[in-house]
Amino acid sequence: MSQVQPPRETTATPPDALQPVLTGLRERFGQAEPQVTGHRGEVTVELDRAHLVDVATWLRDDPAARFRHLSDLSGTDYPDRPDRLCVDYHLYSLEHNVRLRLKVRVTVEDPHVPSVTGVWPTANFHEREVYDFFGVRFDGHPNLVRILMPEDWKGYPQRKDYPLGGVDVDYHGAHVPPPDTRRYKGGWTST
Amino acid sequence: MSEILRDHADEATRDVPQEAPEPGRPSTSQPVDQAVVRPGEALDLPPAAAAEHVTLNQRRARQVVAMGGGDWAEVTARADAEGDDDLMVINMGPQHPATHGVLRLVVELRGEEVVKLEPVIGYLHTGIEKSIEFRTWVQGVTFVTRMDYLSPIFNETAYCLAVEKLLGVEPPRRARALRVLLMELNRVASHLVWLATTGLELGALSVMLYGFREREEILDILEDVTGLRMNHAWVRPAGVVQDLPDGTEDKIRRFVRDMRAKADEYETLLTNNPIWLERTRGIGHLSQDRLIELGVTGPMLRASGLAHDLRKAEPYSGYEQYDFEVPTATGSDVYARYQVRLAEMRQSLRIVEQVLDSLPGGPVMIEDPKVGWPARLALGPDGLGNSPAHVNHIMGESMEALIHHFKMVTEGFKVPAGEVYVTVESPRGELGYHVVSDGSNLPYRVHVRDPSFVNLQTGGPMAEGLLVADVIAAMSSIDPVLGGVDR
Repeated sequence: MSQVQPPRETTATPPDALQPVLTGLRERFGQAEPQVTGHRGEVTVELDRAHLVDVATWLRDDPAARFRHLSDLSGTDYPDRPDRLCVDYHLYSLEHNVRLRLKVRVTVEDPHVPSVTGVWPTANFHEREVYDFFGVRFDGHPNLVRILMPEDWKGYPQRKDYPLGGVDVDYHGAHVPPPDTRRYKGGWTST
Repeated sequence: MSEILRDHADEATRDVPQEAPEPGRPSTSQPVDQAVVRPGEALDLPPAAAAEHVTLNQRRARQVVAMGGGDWAEVTARADAEGDDDLMVINMGPQHPATHGVLRLVVELRGEEVVKLEPVIGYLHTGIEKSIEFRTWVQGVTFVTRMDYLSPIFNETAYCLAVEKLLGVEPPRRARALRVLLMELNRVASHLVWLATTGLELGALSVMLYGFREREEILDILEDVTGLRMNHAWVRPAGVVQDLPDGTEDKIRRFVRDMRAKADEYETLLTNNPIWLERTRGIGHLSQDRLIELGVTGPMLRASGLAHDLRKAEPYSGYEQYDFEVPTATGSDVYARYQVRLAEMRQSLRIVEQVLDSLPGGPVMIEDPKVGWPARLALGPDGLGNSPAHVNHIMGESMEALIHHFKMVTEGFKVPAGEVYVTVESPRGELGYHVVSDGSNLPYRVHVRDPSFVNLQTGGPMAEGLLVADVIAAMSSIDPVLGGVDR
């Protein structure tokens, strides 16, 4: 499986409304060194988990930012990276009508991320979902238990090394393999 | 019921809770082996390790009388006889006619009053997000359309907008207008189901019949256009798969005209109906700040007075060309949500008419052969779906066209690496797609921010202090679709 390149479109300028936010982030969290990248007009701030709650609180409360709406919180697994588990926070500012993505990466050995349920209570279900599917532990979450999978389920189904599963089908002499072995990445030729 | 009570017992036997559990929250964590309770057996728990710190849960667990089903009178009689407290935990759902699918509500009651309500979800989880990772970008459409089954066109459009943003392509103008047309019809259909089911749950049976009757007309139109009543897979990356068949425009115009009158009819049935007012006004109230905190969007948020609509805030698919209003109400209760949804149906009809009046001509799928779906389908009067011209071209004229057709259909196109988050305003609120591509022909990750999933978190805060019968109204006002919640 090929590694996803982090988006690096330095030419993309963030929307004007985001400029004071990014300046504020740089000034206030200089040591945190959030990495700012733009891609397809979307701005991503990658930061260390140690600063997550501080940055999140500031983004929610600062008049220039006012990201009161945590739109989405999702996990992604990049098995080729050492810090393979990635949590994305999609923020939306109702006042300024701009979006911002925060990104935190952790390892499988130490999958701890501070919970943002204290900043945005809506993160409750989202964090349970990311825990359920990727095994990220959100420290400080009030009730971090599985949400969609059965409570006694083993493993984290949306990690890339977790198989999709499925059964072979034989029909009229034709053999149809299960879906996860049926198609090859990059096309039929590159088996 | 006994299962829930056992969970309580587990919580009580845990010496030191790892993270401070919220008082009274039923645990759904890994079951602990000790303290196995059989139905009908009162618990005799060992004293908690730190006796001075007996949590509410632990106190409750000592009062637990476990019973499984049976006649309600017997259950209450035994609870009276054996329980020390009048607190009762009951399970509503997952198989309950008033839970809009397989939603399970764990409700703690003191008499008729709700002390705590916790939604338990996952009964309809089908692993759609995982499955998409093993299909091509185009095949992804057939999966996302099955998530929120009452608003399939929105799912398809949001997914396709995300793929198009990654590709850096724009569908033709006619395709964009057709998407808006079907989305707004779909919104009316979805709100009609909400009206019908909520009416049913609150005893307004005629509204149920009318709502489903009108929805059926919309489903007929959708079937004409897409071939299916639900799960259409009609919106595709960079366009739509098929143009409107002949006569559909007139059919839609007729429907819009009739629907206006019928919306008035619903108003005469409900808006000033004293029973409806009694059952909905002041029920399930949440302040605007609380709603924003909980990430709520859509009609629920607009019913608190905030005119936030992504069609206006971040227009997509050409919504900026259409003249429509964002209805808001101030009550932030079930009645206000009813008002907003009814007004939204009227606004959607306005948009539908405007789309029909300004429908541009031209193709419905992008011309670029590297992205556009190669198969040309045109349902003829003979009922056959193939385009003879296209079949003739690939089978008789051009070997390259045949190879291209085969490769596009089997492996699909490659999408440049990157990630996007795209949102649309679905009938239930902000429907977001976080799509990651690693540059190959299969999606790397598709995560769906389903509005029902997020809005369901208001269930607990809304229900506290309500009567059981009002819980039905409050939960119904969320308009949860469990196919989208569980994915």
